[in-house]
Amino acid sequence: MSLPTASPHTRSRLAPKKTTALPKLDVARVREDFPILKQTVHGNPLVYLDNAATTQKPQAVLDVLTRYYTTMNANVHRGVHQLSERATQEYEGARAKVQGFINAAEAREIIFVRGVTEAINLVAQTYGRKNFQPGDEIIISAMEHHSNIVPWQILCEENGAKLRIIPINDEGELLLDEYERLLNPRTKLVSVVHVSNSLGTVNPVKRIIELAHSRNVPVLLDGAQSAPHMPVNVQELDCDFYTFSGHKIFGPTGIGVLYGKAKLLEAMPPYQGGGDMISSVTFEKTTYNVLPYKFEAGTPDIAGAIGLGAALDYLRSLGWDAVMSHEHELLEYATAAVSEIPGLRLIGTAKEKASVLSFVLEGVHPHDLGTVLDREGIAIRTGHHCTQPLMDRFGVPATARASFAFYNTKEEIDVLVRGLHKVQEVFA
Amino acid sequence: MSDLRELYQQVILDHQRKPRNFRKLEENCRHVEGFNPLCGDKVTVYLKLEGDVVKDVSFQGTGCAISTASASMMTEALKGKTLAEAEKLFTEFHDLLTGKSDRTDQLGKLTVFAGVREFPVRVKCATLPWHTFQAALHGEEKTVSTE
Repeated sequence: MSLPTASPHTRSRLAPKKTTALPKLDVARVREDFPILKQTVHGNPLVYLDNAATTQKPQAVLDVLTRYYTTMNANVHRGVHQLSERATQEYEGARAKVQGFINAAEAREIIFVRGVTEAINLVAQTYGRKNFQPGDEIIISAMEHHSNIVPWQILCEENGAKLRIIPINDEGELLLDEYERLLNPRTKLVSVVHVSNSLGTVNPVKRIIELAHSRNVPVLLDGAQSAPHMPVNVQELDCDFYTFSGHKIFGPTGIGVLYGKAKLLEAMPPYQGGGDMISSVTFEKTTYNVLPYKFEAGTPDIAGAIGLGAALDYLRSLGWDAVMSHEHELLEYATAAVSEIPGLRLIGTAKEKASVLSFVLEGVHPHDLGTVLDREGIAIRTGHHCTQPLMDRFGVPATARASFAFYNTKEEIDVLVRGLHKVQEVFA
Repeated sequence: MSDLRELYQQVILDHQRKPRNFRKLEENCRHVEGFNPLCGDKVTVYLKLEGDVVKDVSFQGTGCAISTASASMMTEALKGKTLAEAEKLFTEFHDLLTGKSDRTDQLGKLTVFAGVREFPVRVKCATLPWHTFQAALHGEEKTVSTE
């Protein structure tokens, strides 16, 4: 099987390097695993192209959630009865699955949180609060999601540190030489998105980390859009923190992961206080628990963690090569198809992209575009995608965004294109 | 199931393409900003009162077809109205769109927005300019938000 030739606009970073025949994803069979995809919307089959916002869940994950609540629901870590033991085993088993998924050195480096937003707030309020002095600098980029901007702004207001922004070019790529120029003795942390949710840009994070580490600056990676679409190896990347959200990787809402190097996590003060994160409590003095529990106060989202583990198992069963080559095909096909539409401008045309397509259509506000597409059964996202500064950079109030997952098809892209023609008819 | 044609009627599309009173007013007028953070619709309403009559009203901003058309038709409907009439118009428009009532006797051309009720997510687009106008009427200065 030969890969489709790259369109002039972009090449998918996800194209696997092998030249031998690639495993082909049996998309029709895979779709059978996702019952929600059979729905109709306004009388039309659902065409779900809003995966960057949240993903659908395979039956295997739904079954695990039901099975948890019907056969093993109990509070973890505290009981000596059998249900509690089972729940704890499954919960810690999920932690081990996450460790394996990103190749962390130890399970205690995996902290369960609510999602990337909470993870970044955790690092800002613990690592940040402890280590940043007035005048220190935190480097983020112009394409960040609000969750990787606002926690740092809050921190900077508290302790007088400053935010520095890596600029991007018109294609939506980080300017690495500008980034290098920003690194200076006052830089205390670099926090960047791995894959942009608005642009699809895959950032050169390995290089970013190398440059930061050469100056002893740690790096946090927002992996919300990378974990679901490519294998992530934190040993190879050598990132100091990595975060991702369960609901974006075909798992339940309410669960997410913060990975941190043990050395860093150990030195960080606790985030939330309460049960489980303590070792002993008296009114005079309280001592804290070891990792990872130091950062897991209160009863966790036990079902969520177990569901996330099942989602990772499911992804693994499909195989990254098959998933990535299919997403690569979808991105190429969609990019070529929408580029034919007159008056359509792509926002985000980096050379290395994941399967996200943001665009604006002349004379039609994204909001109106989205409403017309919705009537055709098509779910895309319209708005600022929680990246208002990025929208300002491109001089648009909002974009329309179609984002693909491995269960999307070329036929669905055809429906999108027909829908866009309909939009133009309505607003002609 | 609602037809898109009920939402994007010709009159609405016309006002979106060629919004009326789409300008700033000069001095001696109130102006208030309105913003829908969910979709990025921004509107600034300028208001000039003479006694208790709306002498002039205009708007600027970027937004979707619904919010632009609503602002445009609003400015046409409000010019020359007394404060009391303007308030009544606001209430009837707002109640119609939020499903509180079906009354349209004061609305005239604005009745075309009745179709927005079938698209609940878009109701805020239509009412944003009106909430912004109301804030200007009451002499408020803070940015009006739909949230």
